[in-house]
Order: sequence, then structure tokens, then C-alpha cells
Amino acid sequence: MSAFARTALGLALVFLYAPILVLVVYSFNDSKLVTVWGGFSTRWYAVLFADGPLIAAALVSLKVALLSAAIAGVLGTLAALALDRHGRFRGRGAYTGLLYAPMVMPEVITGLSLLLLFVGIGLDRGIATIVIAHATFATGFVAVVVGARLKGLDRSLEEAAADLGASPARVFFGITLPLIAPSVAAGFLLAFTLSLDDLVIASFVSGPGATTLPMRLYSQVRLGVNPEINAASTLMIATVGLVVLAASWLTARRGQGA
Amino acid sequence: MHAPLPPSAPLLSLERITKRFGPHTAVDGVSLDLAAGEVFCLLGPSGCGKSTLLRLVAGFEAPDAGAIRLDGADLTALPPHRRPVNMMFQSYALFPHMSVAANVGYGLKGLSLSRRQAAERVENLMKLVRLEGFEARNPDKLSGGQRQRVALARALAREPKLLLLDEPLGALDRTLREETQGELRAIQRRLGTGFVVVTHDPAEAMALADRIGVIERGRLVQVGPARDLYERPANRFVAGLLGDVNLIEGRLGPDEPGGLRTVETALGPIRASGEGAAGAAVVVAVRPERLGLGGAGGLPGTLLEQTFLGDRIRSRIAMADGSVLRASAALPMTEPMPNVGAAVTVAIPADAARVLPA
Repeated sequence: MSAFARTALGLALVFLYAPILVLVVYSFNDSKLVTVWGGFSTRWYAVLFADGPLIAAALVSLKVALLSAAIAGVLGTLAALALDRHGRFRGRGAYTGLLYAPMVMPEVITGLSLLLLFVGIGLDRGIATIVIAHATFATGFVAVVVGARLKGLDRSLEEAAADLGASPARVFFGITLPLIAPSVAAGFLLAFTLSLDDLVIASFVSGPGATTLPMRLYSQVRLGVNPEINAASTLMIATVGLVVLAASWLTARRGQGA
Repeated sequence: MHAPLPPSAPLLSLERITKRFGPHTAVDGVSLDLAAGEVFCLLGPSGCGKSTLLRLVAGFEAPDAGAIRLDGADLTALPPHRRPVNMMFQSYALFPHMSVAANVGYGLKGLSLSRRQAAERVENLMKLVRLEGFEARNPDKLSGGQRQRVALARALAREPKLLLLDEPLGALDRTLREETQGELRAIQRRLGTGFVVVTHDPAEAMALADRIGVIERGRLVQVGPARDLYERPANRFVAGLLGDVNLIEGRLGPDEPGGLRTVETALGPIRASGEGAAGAAVVVAVRPERLGLGGAGGLPGTLLEQTFLGDRIRSRIAMADGSVLRASAALPMTEPMPNVGAAVTVAIPADAARVLPA
């Protein structure tokens, strides 16, 4: 790499990660004042784990993320299979577009439309509505990840299994699913982090008793930033970072199978 | 055309099979009967429809018209997993997430074999393809030749009466291919399984097949043993597909007793065998190795070029009308070859000349 490219990349990384780095560093600040360094300490992490409402919100977030990622994982995989397997059926392009559109839709609009829908059909807002909302926008992401793997899958593998007497169900569970499993898992993890990160949509569709971690943090920040928030954010960054790493590792492994 | 029926009742019988993909007709009214235990090669250039025909028999495609029968039972409407035929794929399609033994034994589930019988069958197959000791390996840890043998063993596991092979040797290098051809034939003779082999390689078809069916743009144009096709091709396409051939245009003379006809060409009259209406535009096809150089009574020409090929010498001869004929003479030769630029005569034996439609 040339000196210029090295410098450019370095600057880009600083631009991207400096704010996060500051946040992480200040989460270990002993001082109560966010902007004044008072020495290294993990006291805010202790405070954090003693903060009942915050822990409750984290558990809500975790529950919502797991459930919505599971739903999106199944729906997204099925959608990708349908689009990949049925060749060029009528309206295939339109279906593909419809599936991917929620990914680029402004979150405010997704949140508002879901809120209107839930109010319209009389669904009580709470954890269930957040799960549905998150599954809705994450399905497209799963479909993209799984679809890419399916495109690279040798169709003759499934034909060979059928040729050897395997029923369509045995072909799917014995051949197709194991071969696309890494991408399904990657899609699930992606959906999981998207749900964990989301503030806007959750704010629209949540109800009393269903406060997610980002919602809780945001409402606290409005009263002023304190080191405890930094600590909570640092833990969240670590969680999301680990999950994304796992997802990209799974996606990179795809070449090995086939 | 309908191929002549082999002596016993057919194992596989295709009745006027047609398959279209949109406006393109991939298989066009193919009828064919195969005897039990026969090795039949479908030969043609890529995209001629031979692989589609194989996929129709396996059940991966449904014909738009026609019927497929195996041992008299109609297979046409059955899905692939209910058809008693098996296929060896060009890419081998080995399951990457299973061991070699699991690949070979995959088709045994649902055959109502006991665990021991199944294990025994896998063991015998591994022996048959000389892969003992490779049972626990992963397919990606095998060489190309070994993968090909795993694919063959897997396809034979259900003891099908008919095995479909799609370019079975296409992915192997040249020396391995010739060795594997012999092995494939030996295994076929031992098991008595009927083989339908798709290939684009005429040498492979001639080495493997009892009979060859030549496919041209979705149509079965000629069926017969390799030698018949080579010596008595039905048209210029078949003649050119199976080997180098000289084609001399002319007009067919009147019918004569004895089967030989005279064709008036720019080189002079040529005696040849074949049918057709008197006065029809035809070509005379002669294999280069059947052209005689020198000798009296031949057609005059000039030797243009000679190429030494080890076991034979190839010559190009310019004829009086400006056309060029190719001759090929086996080595060692009893008579010395003329020099380049010398005047030579070209003899076309009547039994080597075939009249083909122009």
C-alpha cells in the first residue's frame, strides 16, 4: 500500500471511530463529570449493573432481538428460496424490489406506518409489536444474505439427492439447509444487531412496559449525559461488534462448503 | 427418425420426445430404443440438446410431448426421486458436507436394506471403484479422478437398470480419461447396467459405445455402431463430427444395378455408393485415410504440403479445379512419398466414397 493510501485509510478510520473511542475511554472515567478526566475506574459499570430499569430495558431489547431475528431468519430464508427457486416467474422483479424496499425506507416512515397498522387492527402495543416491527424490516436483510448464498449453490447437488431417491423434504433438510446454514445464521445475527440498535421504529410501536435499551438510553441522555450511559453504550458496542464479527466470519466461510 | 429396434425388448424407450424452452426447441421429436445392458452414447456439439435429453430421462425436465418408458412402465409423469434410473453428473455433484462413504450410501436410505446390508453394499462399491480406505475422507480432499469414481459408485449404489452419465470424463485430463474409459467399460460389463452417456467427444463415444446416436439441433440424425456412422454417415454433419472428411460437390448420375452410382464432379466422374434421385445435387464424402496417392487412373493434382504426425503423414493436394483434398497415409509406408510441388494422382476407391445429400 502506498503512503497516500495508508494515510487516507488512517484518516477515514479516525473519522469513523474517534467518537466511539472517546465514548469508550470516558466510560472508564472516575469523574462524575463527563468531560473531565478523573483517572481510570470501573465504578460506572458497577453503577450500571445496579440500575434496575436499565437492566430491565436491556432484557427487553435482548428478548425482542432474539424473537424478531428468529422470525426474520425464517421468513427471509423462505423468501430467498422462493425467489431463487422459481426461476423467472411473472412479477419476480417486483417481488424482489418489494422485499428489499423496507431496507432503504426511512425508519420514521416504517415506524409510523406500523403504528397506524397496529392501531388500526387494535393490537395492544408492547413487546409483541416491537418484535413484529423489527422482523418486518430485518426480513429483507436476511433474504439478501441467504439469496447470495443460494445463487452460488450448485443446483446439481439437490438434483443428485433427488436422483438418489430423496423426497423434496429430505433434499431440503439434508442438502439445501446444511449448505446454506452459515448464511442463514449470518442473516439471523444481522437481524439481531439491527433490532438491538433500533431506536426510531421501537419508539413508534412500543407501549407501556416495553422499553428497549436504546429507548432507555435516549430518554436518560435527554436529562444529561452521565458516565453510566457511556458504560452502557460501550457494552452495547462490544455486543454488536462481536455479533457482526461472527456474522462476517460465517459469511466468509461460505466458499468452503460448495 | 426411428432407430432400429435391438433384438430383445427395449429397456428404455423414448417416444417422440419434444422439449421447448421458450421459442427454442431443445429436443425435437426424438424416438429411441435401448437394449438392456447396452452402452449408448448421445454425441453432439454443446447446446445440441443431448444433456436436455438426459435430464428428461432423469426427470429434471418434463417433456412438452412424448413418452419415456423403462421396462414398459411409463416414467413420463414421475418426479426424479421416484424414477428407477440414476445419473452421474458432469460436475459430480458430490455432497461437500458428507464423507465419501456417506455420499456413496446416500441413495440406500429408503431401499429397505438393513444397516449391515447397506454397509456391505457401500464397502463393495468402494472396492469396485478402488477407493478402499477413502471412506472417511471429505470429497474436497480427493483428486479429480477419485471424485469421478465416488460419483460413479454413488450413482450405482441403488443398482439401477439404467445409468445416465453426463460427460463422465469431461473433467479429467487426457491420459486419465483414456484409462478411465477402460475402467468404465469394465465396470459396465461386470454389472450389466445399461449406460446412456452424453458426450461431445467423438473419440470418447467411439471408445465407450455399443451404439452412438448423433444429435444435431435437437434431432436424432443417425443411430448405429461407431463404425457404421464413420463409414456410412447419413449426412455431412455426421461425417464431419466423427472425423476429418473430404467433401466433393457434384450431381448424382442415374440408378445402376449393384448399388454404385456415378457422381459428376468438377474433378471428373467419381464412383460412390449411396442413394438419391438422378440429377440431385450431392456431395461425395471420402475419409483422408482412404485416398490413394500415386498409381494410375487417379485424378491429377499437385502436392501442396506434407505434415509428419508420427504414426502417419498428412498431405494436402491441390486439384485441377482449385479445390484442396486431404489425404492421410499410415506409417511406415512401403513406397516413398512424392516431394512437395510434385504432380500426383489421387485415387478414390468406390467402396470408400459415400454419396450424401448436399
